[in-house]
Amino acid sequence: MAEAIAFYVISAFVLGFAIMVVSTRDTVHSVLFLVLDFLFVAALYVLLNSPFLAVIQILVYAGGIVVLYLFVVMLVNLKRPPEAHQDPHRRTKLGLGLAAAVLLELGAIAGASYSSPAPAVAATAANIPVTGNTEQVGWLLYTSYLIPFEIASMLLLVAMIGAIVLAKREL
Amino acid sequence: MSAVDTFFIPLLKIVIVLNATLVAVTYMVLLERKVIAWAQSRLGPMRVGPYGALQPVADAIKLMIKEDITPVKADKWVFTAAPIISMVPALIVYAVIPFGPEVSLFGRKVALYITDVNVGLLYIVSVASVGVYGIILAGYASNSKYPLLASLRASAQLISYEVAVTLTLVSVIIMSGTLSMVGIVRAQEHAGVWYAFIQPLAFGIFFIGGLAETNRAPFDLPEAEQELTGGFHTEYSGMRFALFFLAEYANMIVVSSVATTLFFGGWLRPFPNIAALGFLDIVPSWMWFLVKSFVFLYIFIWVRATLPRYRYDQLMRLGWKVLIPLAIANLVITGIVRVVMLGAGG
Amino acid sequence: MLLSAALFIIGVVGVMVRRNIIIIFMSIELILNAVNINLIAFSAQLQNQVGQVFAIFVIAVAAAEAAVGLGIILAFYRNKETVNIDEMNLMRW
Repeated sequence: MAEAIAFYVISAFVLGFAIMVVSTRDTVHSVLFLVLDFLFVAALYVLLNSPFLAVIQILVYAGGIVVLYLFVVMLVNLKRPPEAHQDPHRRTKLGLGLAAAVLLELGAIAGASYSSPAPAVAATAANIPVTGNTEQVGWLLYTSYLIPFEIASMLLLVAMIGAIVLAKREL
Repeated sequence: MSAVDTFFIPLLKIVIVLNATLVAVTYMVLLERKVIAWAQSRLGPMRVGPYGALQPVADAIKLMIKEDITPVKADKWVFTAAPIISMVPALIVYAVIPFGPEVSLFGRKVALYITDVNVGLLYIVSVASVGVYGIILAGYASNSKYPLLASLRASAQLISYEVAVTLTLVSVIIMSGTLSMVGIVRAQEHAGVWYAFIQPLAFGIFFIGGLAETNRAPFDLPEAEQELTGGFHTEYSGMRFALFFLAEYANMIVVSSVATTLFFGGWLRPFPNIAALGFLDIVPSWMWFLVKSFVFLYIFIWVRATLPRYRYDQLMRLGWKVLIPLAIANLVITGIVRVVMLGAGG
Repeated sequence: MLLSAALFIIGVVGVMVRRNIIIIFMSIELILNAVNINLIAFSAQLQNQVGQVFAIFVIAVAAAEAAVGLGIILAFYRNKETVNIDEMNLMRW
């Protein structure tokens, strides 16, 4: 019961902050709301029995990526005041129309899946010999999902080099 | 578990730890001034109270009655929130630091730590990375060039050294096999020797990184008075400035506590497995912890009094080109050794 | 799941409506987060840890994409001094 209340409260915050991110005029405030959003999403993960992922979310997403965004925002904002947000209304209508289309599609999928129950997931869960959330994730990462793991690290390496090259002033 | 166990005892622990931390932080200020003074052949604060012991009280009163100035075009919410964002992570790390094992107090088993999360160590690292925001936002909210630039430099310094520190922590995790802080101390108890002796390089990198992370000398360029007119907290006065100041000392204490737990056995007495030294058990476990943390704090201050300041580019070069490769090398060697040990030992 | 759908929609709206490119990027992060929530919710319900593993990959990819994307923004900004998408039409000379 308490869990349900916690879930709804956290969800309300998550959605509220997300709306603030998208609608605030000031870019810096937007970034701050994004951080708060991520923190609450991490709380949600804890509620969903994934403390490891919650901490990773705070560490990488909230503590790393958003800091990066904040840096760029500040470097960009150094010379100009926050932009005036003139809004051609057709753009807004297009955006909302697209959102409605996505909503309809999601609703259709949800309806279809409720009518026919999903097939049982393969019993990968039974094969993990260690307990404790972190250990389970680690086990899976290193055994069944080793190749994606390696590819992900290559991706990160490439991204790192790319970012450095892009941001250098002279080559 | 009765309601008392699950609610009141943690609450009591939180209250005790928070109060102790805040008092400790304020006295850190005095300690630092005294130690630096002694290093420079003078006496430090002596007027207020016996040998200057009440100096923090005088400082606190002074800061609280100072006028609270907010720059005109600054962003009020962010300006107020920045010191809080700096202080809160430093304080909530204490939720997972173990001061001692379970003891029986008043007929009831009480564990001398607030909680033992399974991912305790990662929690500490992630909370530390959130602390960077306080500095960035302080510089931004001041709405003037110098604090902004200083804060960007300071936060760049912080996130650079975060990488090196996190890598050394992974070496510790490989050795101990668990992320929970209590588990790491128990692993050291099991191994019979503190990790500082098995992993001296990791400890060294952790300590240097800790110096850089808390903006302490010799890496305190962002807040030195002679540079950039006071750095990112130029525009702050009174209570808010006090919060920044205290947050820095609180961070120092956190780094010392974490170093004690990870590398020096936490609450264990020296040589915990040799029964012949059992007479050392008279000293309670938390006392060992406090003594060890205190030694680190002293080293922090000692380093500040002794070493000259690093220039910013030297600092960044040190972090990226020296510490990170060393940390990675340490990690690889640790991994190899551990696998060999496990393979041989079974 | 409803939550993640709602978050997804907010992100999509953000991408469409705002013209400051940094905010567009942040809305993309929102979308990715919504996907992550979905993955982890399923993982919790089915008692299967694969969802969490995948979520870690999503976070890693998001980090890589954010880094490169911000690098692009910075390079662009140095040349054109704007973060307004409507003015970023280099291909239309």
